[in-house]
Amino acid sequence: MADDKDVLRDVWFGRIPACFTLSPEETTEREAEPYYLLLPRVSYLTLVTDKVKKHFLRVMKAEDSTEMWFEYEGTPLKWHYPIGVLFDLHASNTALPWNVTVHFKNFPEHDLLHCTSNSVIEAHFMSCIKEADALKHKGQVINDMQKKDHKQLWMGLQNDKFDQFWAMNRKLMEYPTDEGGFRYIPFRMYQTMGERPFIQKLFRPVSPEGHTLTLGDLLKELFPAAICAEDEPKRFQVMIHGIEPLLETPIQWLSEHLSHPDNFLHISIIPAPSD
Amino acid sequence: MPSSLLWAVDVYGRVYSLSTAGQQWEHCRDAHLEFKRVTAVQQCCWSIACDHNIYLYVHASEVPIRYQEETYENQRWNPVDGFSDRLLPSDRWQWSDITGLKHQPLGDFQLPSENWEWEADWYIDENFGGEPTEKGGWTYAIDFPATYTKDKKWNSCVRRRRWIRYRRYKAQDTWVKIPSEQTESLPDPFNDITCGGWEITEEPRGCLALWAVSLQGKVWFRCDINHHNPEGSVWEEVPVPGEVVQISCGPGDLVWAVLWEGHLLVREGVGRDCLKGSSWVTVESPSPGVGVVHVAVGVNVVWAVTKDHKVWFRRGVNSHNPCGSGWIGMVGEMVMINVGLSDQVWAIGFEDRAVYFRQGVTASELSGKAWKVVSVPRDSERSHSSASASSLQSAGCFFGGEVRLQSQASMLSDADAETERAGGEVVPTPEIGDAPKPRIPKVTSDSFISELVSDREGQISRCDVPPAGPSIPEEDHPEKDQSGGVDPQWSNVDLEEAQTHLTSGPGGDAAETSSLSSVATYNLALEEPYGLDEPPKWAWVSGGGCLVECHTQLNWFNSSTSTALNSSMQAMSLSITPAQTAAWRKQIFEQLSERSKREMENFMHYEQAIEQSVWVKKGTMQWWRDWKPHKWVDVQFALEQFSGVEGNKDGILFIYYTFNDEKKYLHMFINEVTILVPVLNDSKHTFAIYTAERTKQRWPMRLAAATELEMHDWLALLSVSCCDSRGIQGPPSKQAIWSVTCKGDIFVSEPTKELEASPYPTPCAQISLGVVWGIGYDHTAWVHTGGYGGGFFQGLASSTDNIYTQTDVKSVYIYENQRWNPVTGYTNRGLPTDRYMWSNASGLKECTKNNTKPPSPNWTWVSDWTIDYAVPGGTDREGWQYAADFPASYHGNKTLKDFVRRRRWARKCKLTTTGPWQEVPPIPLSDITILPCGPKSTVEQVSLWAISNKGDILCRLGVTSLTPGSSSNYGSSWLHVGTDQPFKSISIGAVHQVWAIAKDGSAFYRGSVSAQNPAGDCWYHIPSPTGQKLKQVSVGRTSVYTVDENGNLWYRHGVTPSYPQGSSWEHISNNVRKVSVGPLDQVWVIADKVQGSHSLSCGTVCRRLGVLPMEPKGHSWDYGIGGGWDHITVRGNAMEAPRIVMPSLTDNQTATRPLQTSNQPEMNGNPVGC
Repeated sequence: MADDKDVLRDVWFGRIPACFTLSPEETTEREAEPYYLLLPRVSYLTLVTDKVKKHFLRVMKAEDSTEMWFEYEGTPLKWHYPIGVLFDLHASNTALPWNVTVHFKNFPEHDLLHCTSNSVIEAHFMSCIKEADALKHKGQVINDMQKKDHKQLWMGLQNDKFDQFWAMNRKLMEYPTDEGGFRYIPFRMYQTMGERPFIQKLFRPVSPEGHTLTLGDLLKELFPAAICAEDEPKRFQVMIHGIEPLLETPIQWLSEHLSHPDNFLHISIIPAPSD
Repeated sequence: MPSSLLWAVDVYGRVYSLSTAGQQWEHCRDAHLEFKRVTAVQQCCWSIACDHNIYLYVHASEVPIRYQEETYENQRWNPVDGFSDRLLPSDRWQWSDITGLKHQPLGDFQLPSENWEWEADWYIDENFGGEPTEKGGWTYAIDFPATYTKDKKWNSCVRRRRWIRYRRYKAQDTWVKIPSEQTESLPDPFNDITCGGWEITEEPRGCLALWAVSLQGKVWFRCDINHHNPEGSVWEEVPVPGEVVQISCGPGDLVWAVLWEGHLLVREGVGRDCLKGSSWVTVESPSPGVGVVHVAVGVNVVWAVTKDHKVWFRRGVNSHNPCGSGWIGMVGEMVMINVGLSDQVWAIGFEDRAVYFRQGVTASELSGKAWKVVSVPRDSERSHSSASASSLQSAGCFFGGEVRLQSQASMLSDADAETERAGGEVVPTPEIGDAPKPRIPKVTSDSFISELVSDREGQISRCDVPPAGPSIPEEDHPEKDQSGGVDPQWSNVDLEEAQTHLTSGPGGDAAETSSLSSVATYNLALEEPYGLDEPPKWAWVSGGGCLVECHTQLNWFNSSTSTALNSSMQAMSLSITPAQTAAWRKQIFEQLSERSKREMENFMHYEQAIEQSVWVKKGTMQWWRDWKPHKWVDVQFALEQFSGVEGNKDGILFIYYTFNDEKKYLHMFINEVTILVPVLNDSKHTFAIYTAERTKQRWPMRLAAATELEMHDWLALLSVSCCDSRGIQGPPSKQAIWSVTCKGDIFVSEPTKELEASPYPTPCAQISLGVVWGIGYDHTAWVHTGGYGGGFFQGLASSTDNIYTQTDVKSVYIYENQRWNPVTGYTNRGLPTDRYMWSNASGLKECTKNNTKPPSPNWTWVSDWTIDYAVPGGTDREGWQYAADFPASYHGNKTLKDFVRRRRWARKCKLTTTGPWQEVPPIPLSDITILPCGPKSTVEQVSLWAISNKGDILCRLGVTSLTPGSSSNYGSSWLHVGTDQPFKSISIGAVHQVWAIAKDGSAFYRGSVSAQNPAGDCWYHIPSPTGQKLKQVSVGRTSVYTVDENGNLWYRHGVTPSYPQGSSWEHISNNVRKVSVGPLDQVWVIADKVQGSHSLSCGTVCRRLGVLPMEPKGHSWDYGIGGGWDHITVRGNAMEAPRIVMPSLTDNQTATRPLQTSNQPEMNGNPVGC
């Protein structure tokens, strides 16, 4: 039987094939070839697209080389969401590779955060981890770590070093056995049409009566529409890392195994394909 | 951990048992009688029935209880008849015991009781001291008594032979009456019984102490209960200075009794030679004026209950001070109390007659933390339960009404535990015990039982038993909730005192209503005596056979308030079986692999977004300098990991050091590392790294980390990175070679490249076709689950499934040495040249009781130092062994020529950790063997033989290899294979050749073993090599190798399919400790005294070179990694033989093939280190 640890590897090494094309609005000196890349699902767009930037800057005028941003079918892609979340949310059930449009002009100030350097991503990533640990362990684990340990987490992600990252991250995934799980599950629930960017609430892995709570319990509380009765057609897909776990999956297990490196469980709720 | 049983008797005298793995009381239906007392130990349960007879229930075991009767037939030679049974008048009997003094004709042997049966008829023993005799089994001598030889000589005037017959105890898993054979001396019936004392003598004897009290207050001791005689022989009266009402005996030497007046008696002088003890000492009752009614003792604890139901804990009790030092009052009101294994405490509550468990009892906190009610249904209730209740049960939630009551009590007791500790001697227990109880039962709860049993219908009118509040139906919940922290005595419906209670607390009103309703319920319950609404009311509980340890998860408690426990139960259910097979998990695995396929399969030619780069982990360590003078020097240690050319990961280790103010560094390629060995010692956390070259030089890189944690981090990381660099992932493969260090750590070597250091202590492991079994130091059998990691391999390097808690117990030995001098006799003053007066076995190292530590920090002491009598050579009554001088051969009795003596002290230590192993209860094993098979062969049934720690030979049924690491590896049951003597080593080779070595050093071959007849039919005695006692055997495809006690390795000649017993032994080598022969007749040994090995004590792995089908003996040894190995098995390694010629030691020095150096013996073309 496959092992739970294999899930961590599968999650970490998940890749999305992407085809980057330069937006026609950009003025180029010569025609820009599309650029193909395997994007790590757990990383961030701006962290892994240096090559894309280099590729397109070669055909552009130097003065236009402002901040690069991405868009998919008219939606600007938020770099501060993990790549896998962006894909699941906007482009699941579409043909691969994922066609991402690259822009340099007209930065959508309303929709996107600026990302001037990797240190901005690092700050965002570390603040997510800290927030997650605050939920899981009142921040005790992350605060007990040294600066170099924090660095190890970030470097692990940046350099795609599974072992390096998990050697440290496993400490963040520990919990006292007699408590049956984390204090609260760090999760974020996204949907495309929502008025809010995502839903986030305090949710414990174990009910006061001592029952293990499941993904279904979480949805029941936060997004009941995602749970359909037996006879109705499925209206929503609940996606984590491109898969749809069964509703009876314990939320604690999901948090331990299907969280992104930022220690959050990112759940995308998307309308079910109509076919 | 195997489950064990808690026994209890309810107020109707029905006996129930509750398994630690179970969730309901099982009615012991076999008992037609009603019982009033039970006392359980792990192997059996004694009881007193209402007919006042004593009954015994022996748990069935796959190893039968059998006893060998023997008698000797003696003959004398005379010129007329030759040898005949006509003896001289001065001679011994014609049929006698071994000494000749006792007349024992065959017909005089009677079965000791009707619970025994003969296994077969008498037969002649043809084995004489490990050697087969000629037909007839006769041994010859000049005269009686004299030295007997197996050969008849010219002067042999007498001869004798031994007849043996086995009887078998047949009454298992049933209650049998113990005949009261001494009716004249037992005028009054028994009233109390207690069983214990199994820790006093060493294991093989299995002696038990059984004490009983008669109605007249006399105390009786049952003699001669031991492993071979479960019923014991006779009752012996033990004089007592008063009338005893109750008695309790612990696993060790504690025996306490309660006198009628309420004082206590403590037995002194209980020891190995005198289980009965010698004298009584009196201990006063804890509270003046209120006598003790009940006492319970464990190994180091004594608990007592006084007439006012208060519970008391005796401080400072141990083997040296059986009386202890003072009483501590505890919370809770109990009618009886019982101490089980590991000093766990069980009790029966006064209020509700429920069984309570004392939570939090540990070796460091023997008094525990709080009482917890055991609330599981009885099996009879399940069948009768109402729909709502059963649905509750099946839903897995046990939130009955009684919980709330208990939660109050436990809250109170928690608070009180503080006071107890702070208060020291005697602290009154205000909350529960305060209310005066004018009505005190006459003696013990026993009186209740008799009353209830004799008068079942009239219970209500008697009102003796509180009609137990917990029986309130669910409608009452709101009411109870409102009454919140109300006086927990609301359920006490001693009607005559109800008034007192009503005025005693603010919850009086609630109490009244509740008690009314509970009475009503009770009436209802009467109509349906088995109904669920009636909570079980218990009279007696015995935990003497119930093993609960701190990490044991019990599903016996339903506490909605204690989320901690509940969630830990959840956590358990999460991490163990049900979750593994859960659909959601399977679905996630499937979807993930589907996803990977969908999103990546067709796009692998795309560029990776992140280039693989170097990752460096740095640290500070100490390094044992390679050159002289050797010393620990501080170094910077770094591991650089990078992706190799073919995308596989690789790494380099750097050690930066300063030499003569110059900065230098050493490096080592991870792909050259062959083994990582943690070397735990007291002062430093060190480990050694071997490469091929370093093994040859016998000089590993030795490093020391600052802390143990750091060392484990590094080891885990290095191990993972070594595995990565060789593309090894997950559990070990079927062909792996397994070996065990003298520290008990297990290493696995993949024939395809190498290394996985799995830290699991198991000194013996055997493998075949992916089935791996191991044996712990405490003789527990373990089966490998197919997981990996555990122990310090937490997190990444470890699989989460298939990792179980493992415990092991072993003894650490030290020696006390003394020298005789003419003035003072033996003293601890030796000669200046003598060894330390406290030393290790060799005498070279000083080992005192205080400075001796457990073998590694992972082990903790679990007992005190005790004298070890089970020393080879025997001891005198005080454990001493004598010799003419140090070091010499020791013997157990003092002679005139002896000037020194020594005795061995043992102390048990215990390890609790995790690993991919699952325990195989219940029979402790000492050796095990699995039929080796080629990797391609598919065998449904894997032959597995084992030897129990008592020397019985067992054959495991139902072990299959269909799915390695799954439960099918576990087998179903043991089949006992009868032998005439105990055995110590066994091995099964190809085509079911089973060889075994008996404890007397002789070899046996088992005939006719086959897949259809897995146990074979008879033993063939194979003579040992002349003058040698064999120790271990290993059988491969055709080769049979044995090792004798002097370290010689022997090869069996002439083994052919038609004559598998072979013809003669050939000496191959000396200084061999262990041998393992692989399925292709590969021979690997652990050898001692190998040149250059840095540790001579524990052996070097060596491999026999030149083993070919036509030359199975090979020609020379190839020395492997030195030092520290205790066991190896290559029996899983069935890689097909290579076509290339195996490189020998001399021609493998080329730089291009660095892996083929000596430590990586080329095993079938694949480098293998271990």
